[in-house]
Amino acid sequence: MMEKKLTITICLISFLFLGLNVIQTEKTAHAFSSQVIQHGAVGDDVIELQARLQYLGFYNGTIDGVFGWGTYWALRNFQYEFGLEIDGLAGQDTKQKLTKASEYDENYVKQQIKQGKKFTHYGGEKRNKESTSKNKGGANQGQGNQGSSTAVNVPQGYSQNDIQLMANAVHGEARGEPYVGQVAVAAVILNRVESATFPNTVSGVIFEPRAFTAVADGQIWLTPNETAKEAVLDAINGWDPSGNAIYYFNPDTATSGWIWTRPQIKKIGKHIFAK
Amino acid sequence: MIRWILIAVLAIGIIGTGFWGYQEHQEKNAVLIQAENTYQRAFHDLTYRVDVLNDKIGSALAMNSNQQLSPQLVEIWRITSEALSDVGQLPLGLLPFNKTEEFLANIGEFTYRTAVRDLKKEPLSDQETKALEKLYNQSGEIKDELRKVQHTTLENNLRWMDVQLALANEDQQLDNTIIDGFKTVEKKVDGFTKGGGDTSTSNKSVRDHEFKFLTGNQMTNENALTKASKLLGVKNKDKLRITESGKGADAPVYSVSYHNEEESGYLDLSQKGGHPLTLLINRPINQKKISLNEAMRKAEKYLKTNQFEDMTVFQSAQYGDIGAFSFLYNKDGIRYYSDALEVKVALDNGEILGLTAIDYFMNHVDREKVEPKISVDEAKEMVNPNVDIQEEYLAVIDNDLGEEVLTYEFLGTMGNETYRIFINANDGREEQIEKLSGSEVNYARG
Repeated sequence: MMEKKLTITICLISFLFLGLNVIQTEKTAHAFSSQVIQHGAVGDDVIELQARLQYLGFYNGTIDGVFGWGTYWALRNFQYEFGLEIDGLAGQDTKQKLTKASEYDENYVKQQIKQGKKFTHYGGEKRNKESTSKNKGGANQGQGNQGSSTAVNVPQGYSQNDIQLMANAVHGEARGEPYVGQVAVAAVILNRVESATFPNTVSGVIFEPRAFTAVADGQIWLTPNETAKEAVLDAINGWDPSGNAIYYFNPDTATSGWIWTRPQIKKIGKHIFAK
Repeated sequence: MIRWILIAVLAIGIIGTGFWGYQEHQEKNAVLIQAENTYQRAFHDLTYRVDVLNDKIGSALAMNSNQQLSPQLVEIWRITSEALSDVGQLPLGLLPFNKTEEFLANIGEFTYRTAVRDLKKEPLSDQETKALEKLYNQSGEIKDELRKVQHTTLENNLRWMDVQLALANEDQQLDNTIIDGFKTVEKKVDGFTKGGGDTSTSNKSVRDHEFKFLTGNQMTNENALTKASKLLGVKNKDKLRITESGKGADAPVYSVSYHNEEESGYLDLSQKGGHPLTLLINRPINQKKISLNEAMRKAEKYLKTNQFEDMTVFQSAQYGDIGAFSFLYNKDGIRYYSDALEVKVALDNGEILGLTAIDYFMNHVDREKVEPKISVDEAKEMVNPNVDIQEEYLAVIDNDLGEEVLTYEFLGTMGNETYRIFINANDGREEQIEKLSGSEVNYARG
């Protein structure tokens, strides 16, 4: 009688474990969302991709949740080694092969990111999921709408600080203007950087004495809103609603007669844009 | 007794206030002086550099050997750029000084063009030597004028802060010596450009050329509205505002816009042919629902339906809830970097939020296919052996002189960095090397 009870208990317990195991493997197999992950993507899927590629030794960069060039080459190498089509896209086949070949300790990775620690996720000889804590790269703390990513995409050649400085200027100069008007003002700043007759840097153009009223009266130091930042980003990414203008002015308040002699391109909101 | 105490307290108070006031005054003065000094430095730097410029052009004229001439031209180019940056630091703002700036830019461009080319193979032509002589004389005149202004400022102890005040007050009492001096300089230069003619060999930056390849007929106002309502997705044409561009526009456009509570849209259509040059829609974006990859496919489909043929994705990036994609024209296995356009997609529902095709329409034309003169392997040998080449393409880019050249494009890695390298497909020259970045630690977190 006692023996029977014991067997039942054992059976029960093992079933429980089995169930747990099944649940766990299911979880790892379906960890990635169904999206195809490609260059430029941001978010939790990218963190998992980087962590798994690092586990296998393909990726040596920081696990930061931004699919940049480092991730791209790591993924291509992985695809090459595992006989997949080499396209640099993490599609279904690639993700399946990757999940089979590697392990991903999501809790550990997320925790490290949350705590802002430097960490890596290399697969060791030990089959348990402990990762070695080598110092590599940086990761910052905090929450954002990008999942747990600790980095952001920036246009080639620009830093977040450049964008911020421009957003400050745009906000100070054109905060009551329609969105296109703000993009156009940002575009004028960039056109001046390109132009031979103006300073060659964003800061040089913005701080050129008497170039922008917002700089002269200190309005540039108002905190810009998200719209201004988005407008700047659009301008940097190539949008130029101003029509390649290098001057603009408000006809109601312009004091200089000279500005009226510039060939005018168009009017957006209150500003006239000119060559 | 109390009266005496009161007097003492008040006296101390007055002395204290006086002292404080004096200190504030001192501090203000210090700040003013510092600002003044920055202007002074820029001004004196400028006069000095224009002087040196004149000297250097003079000696360049005397040089015969190309080994010497090239570095000399580079030196002149460097000095012009410094002089230009000096002008930028002066509070001249809306004072019409742009002709002088353009003149300096012309010298810079002329010397750059001549310096980067192999002067052994292609020495300065007679015309170029003449142009250089002219630049020498003209820079000499500017130098003299500037030195005159400098002399009066120094002699009369003129301050740039006063110039700033005079310009700021704008009471038409601009009899400021410095301003007058600069106006004279400007007038001189104006004379050069009228009479000089062939001195400016430059045709400015690449983007300055006309939209010479725009196809199609002149579009009427009514047709533009119809097309815009389709592109902007606004059915009711009465909600659209349409304006025409002014004289300064590179290509005449119709600007169509709409605005309602949450959303605004803007579209530039070229009057010739009605091509969409710029499209921007601004609205609040909800929670991200679609992946960057799906967004890319939406962008590709959008381009197809709007008659942009043979475009391939070249770059994709997610900024917050927006996906931004760059496309290049790709024909017969050659990527044309000048025919680029960008598409912006909302990641909540995949709507197209923006298109910019200015570069595309400025440059796009059916080109004849050119064959590379050297092989890929020969081109690879020109690349730094430490770079591990991963991908290769044929690409047409604009070189430093603004001409289209056929190149081999290599994407390669060295250490943890990725590089894009262009090797001229005719002579193996390294045209351009660019280190690719694209992401940065998010400073706003933490």
